[in-house]
Amino acid sequence: MSKRNALYDFKWCPGCGDFGVKVAIEQALARRAVENQESIEKTVIVAGIGCSGNLVHLQEGPQPFALHGIHGRALPIAYGVKGPRPDLNVLTVGGDGDMLSIGAEHIGPQARRNLNITTIVMDNGIYGLTKGQASPTTNVDVVTSTTRYGKLDDKLNPLMAYLGLGVGYVVSELSSRVKPLGEAIKAAMDYPGFSVVHVQSPCTTYNDTYAILKGDEKKGIEPLAFPIPDTHDVTNLHAAMDLVQGPRIPIGLVYRREGESVAADQRLLDAKIRTKVEQKSVDALLREMVI
Amino acid sequence: MSSKNLVVRFAGEGGQGVVGGADLMASAAATGGYHVLTFSTFPSQIKGGPAWGQARVSSEPILTPGDWLDVLVAQNQYAYDTNLPDLREGGIVVYNSEEFEVTGNSRAYGIAADKMAREAGNPLASTIILIGAVAQMAGIDLNAIEAFIVKRWTRGRASDKQIIDGNIAALRMGAEEGKKSGLSVTPLDPPPVHAEPRVMIRGFEAACLGAMAAGLDTFIGYPISPATTMLTFMEQNLVGKDKFVGQASSEIESIASLVGAGFAGRKVMTSTAGPGLSLMGEGLGLAWMAEIPLVVCDVQRGGPATGLPTKTEQSDLYAAINPGHGDMSVPVIAPGNPEEAFWAAGHAMNWAERYQGPVILLSEASIAERAQDIAIPDASKMKQENRVVSDGKVGNRRYAGDSVTPFPVPGGPGAYVANGSEHDEEGDTTHLPNIHVQMTDRRFAKLKVLEDGTFEAERTSASIALLPWGGSKGSALAAWRELIDEGVDLGWYYTMFLNPLPPALLEALQAKRLVLVPELNYLGQLAARLRSMGVNAQAITQYTGLPFKEADLKSAIRERMAAFK
Ligand SMILES: Cc1ncc(C[n+]2csc(CCOP(=O)(O)OP(=O)(O)O)c2C)c(N)n1
Ligand code: SF4
Ligand SMILES: [Mg+2]
Repeated sequence: MSKRNALYDFKWCPGCGDFGVKVAIEQALARRAVENQESIEKTVIVAGIGCSGNLVHLQEGPQPFALHGIHGRALPIAYGVKGPRPDLNVLTVGGDGDMLSIGAEHIGPQARRNLNITTIVMDNGIYGLTKGQASPTTNVDVVTSTTRYGKLDDKLNPLMAYLGLGVGYVVSELSSRVKPLGEAIKAAMDYPGFSVVHVQSPCTTYNDTYAILKGDEKKGIEPLAFPIPDTHDVTNLHAAMDLVQGPRIPIGLVYRREGESVAADQRLLDAKIRTKVEQKSVDALLREMVI
Repeated sequence: MSSKNLVVRFAGEGGQGVVGGADLMASAAATGGYHVLTFSTFPSQIKGGPAWGQARVSSEPILTPGDWLDVLVAQNQYAYDTNLPDLREGGIVVYNSEEFEVTGNSRAYGIAADKMAREAGNPLASTIILIGAVAQMAGIDLNAIEAFIVKRWTRGRASDKQIIDGNIAALRMGAEEGKKSGLSVTPLDPPPVHAEPRVMIRGFEAACLGAMAAGLDTFIGYPISPATTMLTFMEQNLVGKDKFVGQASSEIESIASLVGAGFAGRKVMTSTAGPGLSLMGEGLGLAWMAEIPLVVCDVQRGGPATGLPTKTEQSDLYAAINPGHGDMSVPVIAPGNPEEAFWAAGHAMNWAERYQGPVILLSEASIAERAQDIAIPDASKMKQENRVVSDGKVGNRRYAGDSVTPFPVPGGPGAYVANGSEHDEEGDTTHLPNIHVQMTDRRFAKLKVLEDGTFEAERTSASIALLPWGGSKGSALAAWRELIDEGVDLGWYYTMFLNPLPPALLEALQAKRLVLVPELNYLGQLAARLRSMGVNAQAITQYTGLPFKEADLKSAIRERMAAFK
C-alpha cells in the first residue's frame, strides 16, 4: 500500500528479512485467487504489533482486507473472523515476541479449535520495533538492551512448542527462500486446519543472523539451517519431534497431521446436524417463560 | 385486615437449597397470579457459607426485594441469629428443628422438614413442606400452589404423576404444620387480575433475548460470576444457520475475537464481570480506534481484583466509560431491572451498529440474577439497526469523513486495513499531528449519533432532584414516592443512557441546586462524573455488597436535603 499512500510513515530497514515474507505472501495469495477463482477481498490478514505486523500496510498488488490490531492478539482476532465467517481465508502475521511471548497463550486454544487459519511467524530472535530487546527465541548469552551481560533465560524451541501444543501443520522456512516460502504458505492455507509457517526472518539492525543460518565457508561457519531430508515422514509426530530437537533448524514441511482431527468448520457443521437445533424466535423463547 | 406484601427469606448455608427455596416460592406465587421478585446472596463457594434467598410476593407491582421480612425460614442457628434483626414486628420464624432449637421466641415454630420428607419417602420435598407451611401462615391459596406443582412437574415422563402426587402431599403436610403452629402473618390480598400474559424472567435472560431481538448473531465469552449465565444461555439458544457461540480461553481472547467477528460483519456480544472487563481494556480501545461495532455486557460484582464475586455493586462505571488507556469514551447503557434489561440490550446492539464502535451494557449481579414477573415484552417492537455497509464507492478510504461512514465487510468491496494504531483514511499507520487531531475528532464526533436516549422526569419544578442509576432505581423510586407522599418537594430523574447522557437531561440537571445520586460504590462514580459536567451532584453511597434498603435511602435523602441550604 505504501507506494500509493504518501502518509504511511513506516519503512523496513534495508535487508530486513520481512521483505521476503511479504513477497511470498503476495505470491501465495495470487496463486490461491487464480486456483480457487475467488476475489482477493475474501482474504483477511490479521497482523500483530511489531516490525513484522506492518507487512499489511506494505503489501503490493491486489489488496486483501486486513486488521492491524494489538500486540499478541492476532490469533484470537483471527478466531473471531474465521469462526462466524468460515467462507473467508484467514492469515495472521506477527513476530516472535508477538506470537511466542505476549501472545503465546493463544496457540494452544487455537490448535484445539483447529480452524482453517494460517499463522506466519516472522522470527528474528529479537524485539525489532522496540529497538532490540531479548525475545523468547534470542539465543542464550546474546547481549541485547535487556540482557546487558548476556541472556540468562533458555531459548524457546518454537517448532517443538507448536508440535507439543497440538498444531496439526507445521512448516519451518527461511525468508530468503521466497519462492519455496510462497509455495509453503499456499500449501498451509490449503490444509483444512490450523497451520503455522515459522519463518527465520533476520533483523539486519538488531540481530543479523543471515550468516549463522546459511553458514559462511570463508569464515568457517557451519550453516544452522538444513533442508529436511526426503526420508522424513511428515505425518509422523515422533519423527517430527526428533527432527526439530535442535540445535540446528530444519527447513521444509515438518509435520502434517492426517485423519485424526476434524477441522472446526466441519465440526460446527456436524454438531448442527447431530443436534438438529433450530433457532427459535425471541417471541417463542419468551412464550416458554409465560407463567 | 389484609396485606399487599409478603416477604419470605430462606436462610442457611450454600448447598441447602435456600436460593432454590425462594425461587420456588416466587414461581408458585406467580403462578397464582401474584407479582414476585427474588433476591439472593451467597458466598463464592459451592457448599457451605452463609447464604439466603428472598422472595417478595405482592398484589401490586414490585420495586425492591423488601426491607423487612414477614417470614424467616432459618436452617441453622447462625442463619437465625444473623437474619432475625431483619424480621418485622409481628413476623414469624420457621426453623429447622432437626438442626437447632429456638427458645424464648413465641413467634418461632420448628419444623423438621428434612425428616418429614425422608419419612414420607420423598427426600427432595423438604422445601415444598416449608413452602406449604409458609403459604398456610400467610393465607396464600394452596390450590394455586398445587396448580403450580402440576405445571412444573408435568414433563411428559412416566414418573410425572408420582412426583406431582408426592409434592402435593408434601405441600399439605407443610400446611398442616402451619396450622399446628397457631402462628400467622396478616394474610395476603388476593392476586391481581392480569389482562396480558406475563413471563417469569431473570435479568440475564431478558438481556440475552433483547440482544437477540436486535439481531445478535455471534457471542463469544469466558465464564465469570455473575455473567456466566449469559454465555450458557447463548450456547443453548443462539443456534442454527449463521449463528456462532464460542468459549474463549480468557477475556483477552473474548474481546479480541469479538473485534475480529465485528470486523467480519457480524453482530456481536460478550458478557463479563469486573476482572474480565479489566482484561478487555486494550481490546475495547482497539474496537474504538478501528471502529468495530460490538457489545460487552458487564455484570457488575463487588470490589477490585477478585473482590466479591457473588455480591452486587455499581462500581464499574468509570471502568465502563474508560476501560482502557488513551482518549476514548465508551457508550454505556445501564438497565434498572429485568424488563429494562431486555430493551437496554437491544439498544446497546443498535448503538454499536449505528456509531460503529464498542458499547457497554452495564448490568449488576442483583439484576442479572433476579427473577421477576413482567408483562411479556413485545419482541416485534425491538428496532434492528444495521451498520451501513460500503458499496465500494470510496474504494479503500474507509476512514474518510468526519463522522460515521459506510463499513466495508470482508468478502465485499472496499478492502482496507482496520487499524488500532493511529491511521489515515485508508487505515494505514501514521503519526502526523494533524491526522491524529482529525481522527480523534472523528471518533468523538460519532458519539453525536447516540444522543437519542430517553429519560424519566417528574416534579421537574423542584430545585433538588434525585437521580439513581442502574439497579438502585427500584429502591430509589420506592423511597421517592414515599417522600412525595410525605410532602417533600424532590424531583425525579432517571435514564439508562449514562454515556452519552441525553442532552436535555444534562441541561435539566445542570439547572438544579442539588442532584442526589444513590449508587452502590465508595467513590460516588456517577456523581463525580456529573460534577465534571457542571452538575452540583452529591452521591449517597453504600458498599456492603447488597442493594439499598428503601428506608435507609429515604433517611439519607432527608438528611442530605436538610443539610443543604
Ligand atoms: C501490550 C503491549 N506491550 C508492549 C508493546 C510494545 N511492543 C511493540 S512491538 C513489541 C515487540 C516486537 O517484537 P516482535 O513481536 O518480535 O516483532 P518484530 O518487531 O521483531 O517484528 C513490543 C514489546 C505493545 N505495543 N503492546
Ligand atoms: S529493526 Fe529489524 S526487524 Fe525491524 S525493520 Fe529493521 S531490520 Fe526489520
Ligand atoms: Mg521479533
